[in-house]
Amino acid sequence: MTGNPGWFARLQELLDEFYAAPYRGALARARRDEDDLFMLFVFAELMGVPNPAAYYTLELQPVLLERFHDWHRRQGLDHSPLDGFRCC
Amino acid sequence: MNATFLAVVGLAMIYTGYRFYSKFIAEQIYRLDPDFQTPAHTMRDDVDYVPTNRVVLWGHHFTAVAGAAPIIGPGIAVIWGWLPAFLWVIVGTMFFAGVHDFGAVWASVRNKAKSVGSLTGDVVSPRARTLFMVVVFFLLMMVNAVFGVAISDAFQETPSSVIPAWTAVVVAIGIGILIYRMHVPILWPTVAGTVILYAVIYLGEAVPISLTPGALGLPVGAQWILLLFLYAGIASLLPVWLLLQPRDYINGIQLFVGLGLLYGAVLIANPTIVAPAINPNLPASAPPIFPLLFVTIACGAISGFHGLVGSGTTSKQLNKETDARFVGYLGSSGEGSLALVAIIAATAGFATLGDWEAMYSDFGNGGMAAFVQGGARIVTAGVGISNEFAATLLTVMAVLFAGTTMDAGVRLQRYIVQEWGSIYGIPILQNGYVATGAAVAACLLLAFGAGGPSGEGGMLIWPLFGTTNQLLAGLTLLIISVMLVKLGRPARYTLIPMIFITTMALAAALVQLLSLYREGGIFYPLLWIDVVIVLLAIFTMLEAGSAFMRERRAAEAAAGA
Repeated sequence: MTGNPGWFARLQELLDEFYAAPYRGALARARRDEDDLFMLFVFAELMGVPNPAAYYTLELQPVLLERFHDWHRRQGLDHSPLDGFRCC
Repeated sequence: MNATFLAVVGLAMIYTGYRFYSKFIAEQIYRLDPDFQTPAHTMRDDVDYVPTNRVVLWGHHFTAVAGAAPIIGPGIAVIWGWLPAFLWVIVGTMFFAGVHDFGAVWASVRNKAKSVGSLTGDVVSPRARTLFMVVVFFLLMMVNAVFGVAISDAFQETPSSVIPAWTAVVVAIGIGILIYRMHVPILWPTVAGTVILYAVIYLGEAVPISLTPGALGLPVGAQWILLLFLYAGIASLLPVWLLLQPRDYINGIQLFVGLGLLYGAVLIANPTIVAPAINPNLPASAPPIFPLLFVTIACGAISGFHGLVGSGTTSKQLNKETDARFVGYLGSSGEGSLALVAIIAATAGFATLGDWEAMYSDFGNGGMAAFVQGGARIVTAGVGISNEFAATLLTVMAVLFAGTTMDAGVRLQRYIVQEWGSIYGIPILQNGYVATGAAVAACLLLAFGAGGPSGEGGMLIWPLFGTTNQLLAGLTLLIISVMLVKLGRPARYTLIPMIFITTMALAAALVQLLSLYREGGIFYPLLWIDVVIVLLAIFTMLEAGSAFMRERRAAEAAAGA
């Protein structure tokens, strides 16, 4: 019985990979697009766009700080669009 | 002729090609380097660029390239007899498809995993890149139209397949939700989905579905074609995880099960091939074997579509450069083995020569129908399941392959239309629904334009589809050959297949041009599509000649210096 869990786990792993690999990129891009929209919501108020949920999204800003640079580059902005929020 | 003997000889030759010829190509021509850092490592992002186990990658490549086309093409081409189809599939797989697929992966890996389209611009010329994009657009339009017609024909010939084929869509959505949303371990949805898929074949047999002739004033074939494109349009707009991904997965499983079942049944039943080696009683509608054989069987011998897969996704996931031989060459060998069993089904699955000749009374007949009818008879004799069950099973398998290609094809066409909207500043074309509508409308125009109001003659597109596919293969082989010349290595192993396949594509397009003119006159839509294909073939040859002259001059200048 000791060999079974290893064999079973290996089979699961192979099937997982067979299922996921061809579409990994497409799904990651779709997820990134959704995340980008979420970033826009979170930083909308700072860019002068009224955001009724600003009270709640404000506390998310530090959490999303690490992703800010990649995000504004993906939006076609070479430098940070926020005056008081310079990342590069 | 004994079918088992043919299967064993064919598989042995394909294996010999892999064992010896691909080894020679890998060591002497492409010179694979086990220490070369592939883009999956140098550009790793865990999104597109991920080093992947070579067996898994082979599975992807094989299931992505093997679909309905290696079943339909050989199923039509045996009208000339089993021998020419057999020889072209085997020789094509060994010396054409293998080096083409393997070479596409290698060329892409050596160029930062760029797609064949990008490489055409870099290696040959920017003009050739435009040529490439036009060929791809035509290929997509034709593959969608021809598969829509093929599925419509299959539903009419095997009404018991309607419920199982549509149930597969529901099963796929269920698997997608269970895995993506509910995070259920993959094994259980796989087992449950497969069991449901095969169990529902009994339901299909009990409740065959046939549409009412004349409903909405349309013949049955036209109703099915419209329904199928309505489905493909909707499916192409759904998230990938919900339908396309699980459908592809199911198809992969079906492919392995189907191949195992068919080859197992051939070995057990040991049927006799009733079709002649060379058909002396060709119907009047049959075009000349030379050059039409080489475009009627594209997938299964050599197919340009494989280059798109090899350079699009496979090359980004290659763990070691030496894996390119296993993944690329063996992937095309897998497709060759599917084409081989399709030939056997369409020639050994009939009781008498008279039955076979009745199936092949007209060019374009056979195809999926001959594969299903013949394959079912062999499976029944070999495994003992009922003929109706086996016919439904094989129809569902072929329909699922063709249906998934339609889903993906319409989705890709939508992207192209949206891109045109963006390039030419037409905002309405950037809308997903409008772009999908435009893509579907183009395919419907082609299906009905070729097949008449009922769509029944739509299989006339098949040789044109094959011709376009071979032009694409020619362009890919051209890229590989130019790269080899630049590296100062022998290019004849890719150059000879390139010249052969492009010449055959041009000759086939010219033969069809004459036949389409005789059939429908100057206003026949297919005639004008063929004119475009002839021009594309001529431009491909001119580009090839120009690229080689340039590289030769460069080589001479370098030698002189």
